[in-house]
Amino acid sequence: MSTATEKPKLAVWKFASCDGCQLSLLDCEDELLAVADAIEIANFAEATRRVVDGPYELSLVEGSITTAHDAERIRQVRAQSKFLVTIGACATAGGIQALRNWRDVAEMASVVYASPEVLETLATSTPISDHVPVDFELRGCPVNKKQLVEVVLAFLHRRKPLVSAHSVCLECKLRGNPCVMVAHGAPCLGPVTQAGCGAICPAYNRACFGCYGPMESPNTAALSAQWSAMGVPDRDIMRAYRSYNGYASPFREESDKHDH
Amino acid sequence: MTTEAPVLLSREHFDALLAALAKRGYTVVGPTVRDGTIVYDEIGRPEELPVGWTDEQEGGHYRLKRREDEALFGYVVGPQSWKKYLHPPRLRLVKAERDGDGALVFTDGDEAEPPRYAFLGMRSCELHAMTIQDRVFLGGAAADSHYERRRKRVFSIGVSCGEAGGTCFCASMNTGPAVTDRTPHDLALTEVIDSGRHFFVVAAGSDEGREVLAELPVTPAGDGDVAAAKERVDRAAASMGRSLNAEGVRELLRENLEHPRWDDVAQRCLTCANCTMVCPTCFCTTVEDVTDLTGDHAERWRRWDSCFTMDFTWMHGGGARQSAKSRYRQWLTHKLSTWHDQFDSSGCVGCGRCVSWCPVGIDLTEEIAAIRDSEPPAQPDES
Repeated sequence: MSTATEKPKLAVWKFASCDGCQLSLLDCEDELLAVADAIEIANFAEATRRVVDGPYELSLVEGSITTAHDAERIRQVRAQSKFLVTIGACATAGGIQALRNWRDVAEMASVVYASPEVLETLATSTPISDHVPVDFELRGCPVNKKQLVEVVLAFLHRRKPLVSAHSVCLECKLRGNPCVMVAHGAPCLGPVTQAGCGAICPAYNRACFGCYGPMESPNTAALSAQWSAMGVPDRDIMRAYRSYNGYASPFREESDKHDH
Repeated sequence: MTTEAPVLLSREHFDALLAALAKRGYTVVGPTVRDGTIVYDEIGRPEELPVGWTDEQEGGHYRLKRREDEALFGYVVGPQSWKKYLHPPRLRLVKAERDGDGALVFTDGDEAEPPRYAFLGMRSCELHAMTIQDRVFLGGAAADSHYERRRKRVFSIGVSCGEAGGTCFCASMNTGPAVTDRTPHDLALTEVIDSGRHFFVVAAGSDEGREVLAELPVTPAGDGDVAAAKERVDRAAASMGRSLNAEGVRELLRENLEHPRWDDVAQRCLTCANCTMVCPTCFCTTVEDVTDLTGDHAERWRRWDSCFTMDFTWMHGGGARQSAKSRYRQWLTHKLSTWHDQFDSSGCVGCGRCVSWCPVGIDLTEEIAAIRDSEPPAQPDES
């Protein structure tokens, strides 16, 4: 039992990932000192070599599970953590590296590596929630730093994080972005993608890439039908869904429908 | 009331209108081109209006096109509506601070004095939409002081439409295209470009409108000028891109809550919420509390929400309207049927925004027609 003067311990863990989501935490320049004041950063390799032993109040987990070693390590992380929150597309959906799930990994390894026999890798890249119970999943590739601070605060204050699961469209309209799909004919994933980024891409006249994964009630079939009517070939529809969050079920199933 | 004879303001003198409004302390907002669409923003000079542009609209489709003339108002409505000024997308309601003794001190979050806006170029459907939102926000026990503070300062300049858009159906809803005394307004314009002349037939709709008009270099409008203006608006009324048989639609929807068409539209609906965001009468919001890291400062914000989100009906255990069918049905039946019960009018003004800005082009006029044209559903007592 911790005393009132002890600060809750936060640990940040990396699995198969690019470190971008961890960097979002470091990117919280203005907020970081206040965060460090409120909590003890007990394990965060991107920020400090100092490691404080668990158990931890809150573990932020970045990355997907791609090796047997990591599949075991995530169990140890879970065992030491009161709350476990996954951050980013890799940890919540398997990430871009989950493209391997549609391929023969042994064959790819033989093409890429001079000595593929030294590799110890699983055939798949899977989200953390496939391996251990997860208390909250924060989406994004990378995560939005404001949402990250909000989630950390919410868990420390024992309240529900203020993170919406509706479409990106709502954020576009709040921001006053004209719709790139209706006004420019751009194939946009916004209608089936979860908000959180603040509709950055449409604000610069780019279609949504789906970095935040499927929204709460994604009608991917209806969106694909409209893209087809706009002249988007099946192969491009398949590729659009099969990116950072391609292995999240609604996107995975829709991409498979267009994989001929 | 518009009682005096209309007058004529030439295109060359249009900047005098902007100057007169600025002199009175108004921030003039009106249509302008941005990112391939016509949005509403501050207007300093007539050239900042979408001069010589028109819009091509269909279900899920919007493109700007050049006109062959230099009309200032030669298009219909775009993705935004005036509600963004009167009912802002995000609004801070309350601020809370913890003082030195640990007590919470609450202060007004919407303390800044809003600008006095002059809305330049409100179409008849939009004036009707504002009137509908007035009924929502200004009456009864749920009167909204934030809306009222902004609304009571507005100077409205209506523009009767000379052309109808591809998704327009105001003629069906009896909300346009002519700006009339059925909706409060300060000035009403009709643009005419004819035989090398470019002018506006102008009528005042309020005392302040008359005062502004008295400051402008206007001339009496000839009978031919007034007739030319009327002819254009009549032509717009006859060329609506859509129509909706509004007769009995309130009862039609009330009696068809289990119609198979709801399943059909649910197959197409993205539940993305775009229709509610672009609708000039949709008013729903959610409230969010934010705290800083110290926990000593908190704010309560209101932001637009939609009956298409799951959180909208969140109660213990989940959202009440889980299916796309239930959410689309809620929106359409509220807009066209239960709005009457609640606010004594339809919630639809026939502007067509929900049709144009639906990414997959779902068209409420088609949905209503499909329900109306189908075989009458079996009565429960007959089955």
